[in-house]
Amino acid sequence: MTRPTPPIGSESHLPGRTIAIEPESPEGMTRRSALQLMAASLALASGACTRIPEHRLYPYVSMPEAGRGDRPAYYASAVVRDGYAEGVLVGTRDGRPIKIEGNPSHPSSLGSTSVFAQAAVLELWDPDRSQAVLEQLPAGVGTGLDGKASARAAPSTWAAFDEAWRQRATAFEARGGEGLAVLTGCFTSPTLGRQLQALMTRFPKARWHRHAPLAPNAARAGARAAFGRELDFVLHFDRARFVLGLDADPFSQVPGHIRHARDWAGQRAGAGNVAGAGEPSRSFAVETTPGLFGARADERVAMAPAAIEALVDELAAGLAAVAGSPSIGSPPAAPVSPLSRRLIGHLSSAGKAALVVVGPALSARCHAQVAAIHHRLGAFGHSLDAIEPVDGVDGLAPRSLSDLVDAMDGGAVDSLFIVGGNPAYDAPGALEFGAALQRVPFSAHLALHEDETSRRVVWHLPASHEIESWGDARAHDGTATIVQPAILPLYDTRSPIELVALLAGGGRSDGHALVQEAWRQRRAPSQAEAGEGDAADARFAAWWRDTLSAGVVAGSAAAPASIAAASVITSPAPPRATAIVAVFVADASVGDGRYANNGWLQELPRPLTKLTWDNAVVLAPRTAARLGLATGDVARVTAGGRHVEGPVWVLAEHAEDAATLPLGYGRSVVGRVGNGVGFDAYRLRGTSDAPLPVTIEPTGARHRFAVTQHRLDQMGRDLARTVAPGQSLPKAPAKASLYPPVAYPDHAWAMVIDLDACIGCNACTIACQAENNIPVVGAEQVAAGREMHWIRVDRYPADEAGGGSIFQPVPCMHCEDAPCEVVCPVGATVHDSEGLNVQVYNRCVGTRFCSNNCPYKVRRFNFLQYADETTETLKAMHNPDVTVRQVGVMEKCTYCLQRLSRARLHAEKAGAPIADGDVLTACQSACPTLAIHFGDLNDAASDVVRAKRSPRHYAMLDELNTRPRTTYLARVAGAASNAAPPGKEPT
Amino acid sequence: MPQVFDRRANLAVKVAMLAIVLALVAGALVWGATLREFSATGEPQSQPIPFSHKHHVGDVGIDCRYCHTTVETAAFPGMPSTHTCLTCHSQLYLDAPALAPLHRSATAGTPIAWRQLHKLPDFVYFDHSIHITKGVACVECHGRVDQMPLEWRSAPLLMQWCLDCHRDPRPHLRPPAEVFSMTPKPPVADGWARSVSLQSIRRMTDCSTCHR
Repeated sequence: MTRPTPPIGSESHLPGRTIAIEPESPEGMTRRSALQLMAASLALASGACTRIPEHRLYPYVSMPEAGRGDRPAYYASAVVRDGYAEGVLVGTRDGRPIKIEGNPSHPSSLGSTSVFAQAAVLELWDPDRSQAVLEQLPAGVGTGLDGKASARAAPSTWAAFDEAWRQRATAFEARGGEGLAVLTGCFTSPTLGRQLQALMTRFPKARWHRHAPLAPNAARAGARAAFGRELDFVLHFDRARFVLGLDADPFSQVPGHIRHARDWAGQRAGAGNVAGAGEPSRSFAVETTPGLFGARADERVAMAPAAIEALVDELAAGLAAVAGSPSIGSPPAAPVSPLSRRLIGHLSSAGKAALVVVGPALSARCHAQVAAIHHRLGAFGHSLDAIEPVDGVDGLAPRSLSDLVDAMDGGAVDSLFIVGGNPAYDAPGALEFGAALQRVPFSAHLALHEDETSRRVVWHLPASHEIESWGDARAHDGTATIVQPAILPLYDTRSPIELVALLAGGGRSDGHALVQEAWRQRRAPSQAEAGEGDAADARFAAWWRDTLSAGVVAGSAAAPASIAAASVITSPAPPRATAIVAVFVADASVGDGRYANNGWLQELPRPLTKLTWDNAVVLAPRTAARLGLATGDVARVTAGGRHVEGPVWVLAEHAEDAATLPLGYGRSVVGRVGNGVGFDAYRLRGTSDAPLPVTIEPTGARHRFAVTQHRLDQMGRDLARTVAPGQSLPKAPAKASLYPPVAYPDHAWAMVIDLDACIGCNACTIACQAENNIPVVGAEQVAAGREMHWIRVDRYPADEAGGGSIFQPVPCMHCEDAPCEVVCPVGATVHDSEGLNVQVYNRCVGTRFCSNNCPYKVRRFNFLQYADETTETLKAMHNPDVTVRQVGVMEKCTYCLQRLSRARLHAEKAGAPIADGDVLTACQSACPTLAIHFGDLNDAASDVVRAKRSPRHYAMLDELNTRPRTTYLARVAGAASNAAPPGKEPT
Repeated sequence: MPQVFDRRANLAVKVAMLAIVLALVAGALVWGATLREFSATGEPQSQPIPFSHKHHVGDVGIDCRYCHTTVETAAFPGMPSTHTCLTCHSQLYLDAPALAPLHRSATAGTPIAWRQLHKLPDFVYFDHSIHITKGVACVECHGRVDQMPLEWRSAPLLMQWCLDCHRDPRPHLRPPAEVFSMTPKPPVADGWARSVSLQSIRRMTDCSTCHR
């Protein structure tokens, strides 16, 4: 160095001024400055050389009772969505919840999980979770909605909030609770219901409002119109012989969807594929927004909502005409369309085994008519059961959100407690909830994240996650589950039960005591614990222990309600809208917006569009063409003086004259993942749930989507095959191979994926992501084709099924003659002695030759440092049995090598061989329809060997002779679907 | 045609070639030094508490499993909790200055930060329990800890060293009753080692056995 370094503070140390060292140089770089930079780089490089980091071991101070083991400890609990419980087993390692499995004893789960249950782990460890109580400084109340209010929110404490409430509570007690309002989401928790009852007893004039953006309001109103009271319906897909979906997707989103799919696939596998075992049930979908049920229905028709309502009218009238003698095939009197005629034929021939599922966007009138149809066919008690509403609270009737807005605008609300939910974001735009909220002098909001609502209330209260708090919830059929924590709260948070208990008086109680007390009371009148003393306590303690470990409260399923004859709807149909209508649906990944900050869900391709990190205005091809719009064009959707702008996605399966606007996007305050993703369709929403007439016009702007599947055709390669019922696929002749044969004497792991069972729900993809520490890469990287999912679900239109789809999950094929292995220059991908194609990360140098040579394109490369190795909570979430990969390393499906290792070590230690079913891969255990079979080819009795013997068995791209271990069972085509039921169809 | 390079270029080429050779040598030396540092054996390591295996194992005769509780059941052998130490040290050597960190840990509820001697890279999944089950004695890898006043590493823990045993494990095995013994391998063990059921050598040398 010839020139001394300029002192700090001199111009050359200011940002952007370094080039000014030699101002005479026109290029900005001289010999001297180049040397300086080189010397500086060298100094920095040598500074970066450090000794090998010293590792420390931190033992327990006091060893926990359970000690430390390698097998995950599972806690039976539930993940709650829209109030309804999905029974799960929370898998923990070293006390950290890292993986969710389904609870086989739970009626909504049967051991499988939804994508949302899998993502609950990331929700728990989300670094953006709210961690402290925030109090809005007085200046913040009643001022702008610019989202900058957080600057005026000051960190506070629970003690301060408790004190603030105590002062108010005294005043409220004097007034009987006048001016006090509680806003909850939908919940089914008996304990929370009890707390709410206690609250209303303490403050008789308090108001309870309930708001969920996608609450089944029409279904409830329909039941009220038909039966005079609100009811829930439990659907039995296993008993139904003909299922008609009316703009409904019973396989996703709705409570019990896993059970629906399992029952449907179960009867299909039991009947359809075994010769002589009876006909499988037939399914028919009439839908506006394409869903999973429609994709898998034997037949589907796309229709705008108004046309579906008209169809229901025709069905109701037609079935009324054939009522009394379901076998009569005479045509009904009213003139009906050929479609209605066929449906009436199917429905009346199925009789009590007919099942009609109505979607939430259809009117209450439509729901009532379908209830009457079910009643007429005798389906109640057979293909469906009516039960008392699962989310009801005895003696209390919730008021609506619009009532609350009216009260707030009228100054009648002095104190508002928002327990969960995010109404400032997800209330219909027409309500202007956010503005009304600012008129409330004392408002508090309990939420997982600091969100849009938190910014508009005086007190933001951090909520505990389900995995870290006590609670309870009921399933779609009423079965209750005690929600038990698998970890202590990560932050100073409270659960909804604890908050409402505080409002109800009695000071701070912990959730455990509250839930236990509620169940003690609940059981006392009927059970043996009645009475006092130690014996009763002991009996309750035993019951409590058994119930916690089972994950369900025995015998708590709701009994079928007795229903009188359904009233027939005689009111004339409302006039049909002529404009394009907008249908608002929960997004397949972020739901109503609750999961917007969940990277796993954001990056999960939506089942039909394969879109990630976005929502879109979904239009049918002809409608889009008429409007002058194509996929990627940004459109302005206007209704009632409000408008939103969103990119258009043209989906062939969508109904004409309708637009689907997925909700849950356009969040402004949620966290680093969800902020500003997509557009907010809530702003367009009116106060009614009915489809909204809208005008759509191009804006001229373009939008770039991040999609994972760009082409829907199979390019003549027959990747996802179909086979007629009872038929078999031609056996591929064995081809000669240049590779020497290899023996696998110990185990030979293999997988078979049943395309006839797969409903395309993506549970496998996200379960794999959770199990295998698969990073989230973000929209830009997905758009560049760099998504990291080890198992993707491809969709191809099924040609024979009227717009249905074939879903094909594609993990690594573990080819016996693997093309990837021969091109790796460093031997980083090799076969092991059990036939697994393994990827050795520590050998991989990142040439990507293997990925280039893989015909199935299942290898994933870490182009950047995708895995987050620094954020503390995310580190705690990682599965300790799986390496966290670094930049420059290739990765892919391992058949859950860590689970195989665990089973092998256990078998070696116990001296018993690995039995069939001892190893479930993550994708297999999550699959709702049991489409994935995994096991040992050397075990002749194993499930996977049975599957490989199926006449529907084939290998993808068999002609390449890669001899894949992962193979498929062809989809059974709905060949019979177009045929009329024998002798039943009116002509 | 004039000369392309002038005479001085010869010197530059020679210097450059010498520099390349020197760089290679230097690189090899750095690599070797790094490897030695990773695999250094026989160097006693200081610890927050100068714990002596020699005293506890050799003189007092405490079984390995008294402190390393999960060595037979889990991948990680388990490090004794503060309260495990206090089983005796709530009575013995209460005033010893060396034990002050132990009592501080118990009072404050903070763990004792032991230096880790046997650290494998994160992509290596070593499991103690299966090695114990199959008859690999503690002393095979950890050496005569009963003679170590301060613990040192007695094996390099390099992959080559692992493979030496995985390719021919039987000479290193002894009956379960002898696994926790510090004495040299008894001759009776050879007969036993021949009878023990092991995975195939191919399986034991698969990448996926240790890496995933």
